[in-house]
Amino acid sequence: MTETRLARDAKVVAVDARRRWEEAMREAKLRDAEFTTISGAPLKAVYTPDDVDLDYERDLGYPGQHPFTRGVHPSMYRGRLWTMRQFAGFGTSAQTNERFKFLLDHGQTGLSVAFDFPTLMGHDSDEPISEGEVGQVGVAISSLADMETLMDGIPMGKVSTSMTINGPAPIMLAFYIACGENQGVDPKDLRGTVQNDILKEYQAQHAWLVPAEPALRMIDDVMLYCAEHVPQWNTISISGYHIREAGSTAAQELAFTLANGFEYVRRGIAAGMDVDIFARRLSFFFDAHVDFFEEICKFRAARRIWARHMKEEFGAKDPRSCMIRFHTQTAGVSLTAQQPENNIVRTTIEALAGVLGGTQSLHTNSMDETLSLPTEKAVKIALRTQQILAEETEVANVADPLAGSYFIEAQTKRLEDDAESYFAEIEKRGGVVACTEAGYIQREIHRAAVAYQRAVEAGTKRVVGVNCFVEELDAKPEIDIHRIDPEVEKEQHERLAALRKRRDPKAAQRELDDVREACRSGGNLLERFVAAAHAYCTLGEIAGVLREEFGEYREPQIL
Amino acid sequence: MVERKIRVLVGKPGLDGHDRGAKTVATVLRDHGMEVIYTGLHQTPDQIAEAAAQEDVDVVGLSILSGAHMSLFPRVREELEKRGMGHVLLTGGGIIPTDDMAELEAQGFAKLFGPGTPTDDIAAWIKSTMEARWENEEVQT
Repeated sequence: MTETRLARDAKVVAVDARRRWEEAMREAKLRDAEFTTISGAPLKAVYTPDDVDLDYERDLGYPGQHPFTRGVHPSMYRGRLWTMRQFAGFGTSAQTNERFKFLLDHGQTGLSVAFDFPTLMGHDSDEPISEGEVGQVGVAISSLADMETLMDGIPMGKVSTSMTINGPAPIMLAFYIACGENQGVDPKDLRGTVQNDILKEYQAQHAWLVPAEPALRMIDDVMLYCAEHVPQWNTISISGYHIREAGSTAAQELAFTLANGFEYVRRGIAAGMDVDIFARRLSFFFDAHVDFFEEICKFRAARRIWARHMKEEFGAKDPRSCMIRFHTQTAGVSLTAQQPENNIVRTTIEALAGVLGGTQSLHTNSMDETLSLPTEKAVKIALRTQQILAEETEVANVADPLAGSYFIEAQTKRLEDDAESYFAEIEKRGGVVACTEAGYIQREIHRAAVAYQRAVEAGTKRVVGVNCFVEELDAKPEIDIHRIDPEVEKEQHERLAALRKRRDPKAAQRELDDVREACRSGGNLLERFVAAAHAYCTLGEIAGVLREEFGEYREPQIL
Repeated sequence: MVERKIRVLVGKPGLDGHDRGAKTVATVLRDHGMEVIYTGLHQTPDQIAEAAAQEDVDVVGLSILSGAHMSLFPRVREELEKRGMGHVLLTGGGIIPTDDMAELEAQGFAKLFGPGTPTDDIAAWIKSTMEARWENEEVQT
């Protein structure tokens, strides 16, 4: 048959071509470089059909269809562009409220709240331990009163708000719900996300409150309460971002994030919830690092792994339970203090990886974040970067445009396999909670961080301005520094003192007693927190009860 | 003559959870033959100074990325002085604007390091500074 002979001839030609190419490669003079991903995974010089063993229906499918490798929506960005969501927060609630309005005025489509460290750790601004930290890396929110100022003039029934907070996440969510109620908004109409991902706090970001078991119980309480009362709320944003920023490889970010996600699902099912009720309210948050292709593959692999496990391991029937919807932030760690304007370019590449990887929302870092909090000008450039990608480049017209590339598919599979190996290892070590308490995950991340640092110092990984193309004169960059006025701390002290005078002390005490009682009886804590919020109990007071009842988390020593 | 080992305390004052830099530097200093004690996260200035005194270290290195350096770094220095540890070589790093670095250096911090500093440079600087100090001590005694 002609066809068969043609196919056979083609094969002979291909074999011959390959042989000639291999020969040419042996003779070629190559750059003195390590040909690996930024995570250190080896790369071939070229990928061919031999590197891909793909069943289209099984492994890729169409956008919006299992296993969602190609994206979670059938129309992807033709239906709706990604949400441009810049993380912001500093100083007092009034200052952040102004920045929010500035961002909304410039076309941002969702809010994202950054809190200061005292708030993240469940302390009021006027506790001694908060000294020097109030309003520094985010906004200080010590009570419902601060939340009311933060959201003043912003229609809470219309915007979606993401709150990056974990240890005290249920308390902050209670402030938000109570604030909405005071604005006259039914909790059913509130939309947004609370990060509430405590496992990665122990592993990487380190803003925790109580030990793992009571913390995980509170997460169940949030899922249960929101399923009934705040149904549009994303109850956990399972985050790889901080794992990656702490130094992990792409494969580790993928593996540890999804392993954490599976743990929340297991706990939810064990608490008696229907997986198809709560799983669709889980969302994800990944890093977009500067290794463009590895990142795109990571996003694709994440969707496929999650879909498969949800369906096959956890018996999810609703396709929405199997979809990873995720937020992406460009990599803070990739930015350099040297020649900071170059960071605009890095951020652009990373943002494009997020978009080609099919993200649902995106934060682009500002060029000056290695120096201080971003200035307004830098934030605007970062937002404009997204708008240029969305409006000018035409990249949003086609879903998963890199699918079918031998390289992309092979690397997507490689990341999936690496993640599966980690899942097996974690299982062998007693599960993700045991691995975290023993410091296994922290040690893996630390090892990768040191390896990368070593590679940069040895020059095998290059960073422009740091170990190549260094400019001696940039010790003092000509860039504005955004400083937090020390008055912020004083102002917060005064606000809190006034609040404690103004509120009904008996009602506040009664609510705190109820919180304590629920800690002991197993009653839903989020419900108690909402009541306590309305009585203007402060964050530190409520978290204080939790610390007394549950104890404080102690990190394992890994060094 | 037995070679004297440099003893270093790496501390994370305040509530800042960013410990990648501190842990990386701690590991590298250890690789350079120093004895390194890492305090762990969320330490008060008081706790750090106490640990430094207990361990009788030669060097205290602090790391802050949360912007609280202007209040917490000087507090650590005060606490060290209270314990008769004013002689330790005081250093640190993090997201610290250059103006602040200059001010802290004027207050008694020997040197502060910003993002992108090669860790080997930090190790080399500690080594040469300590060796110079010890040589000086020997000359004086």
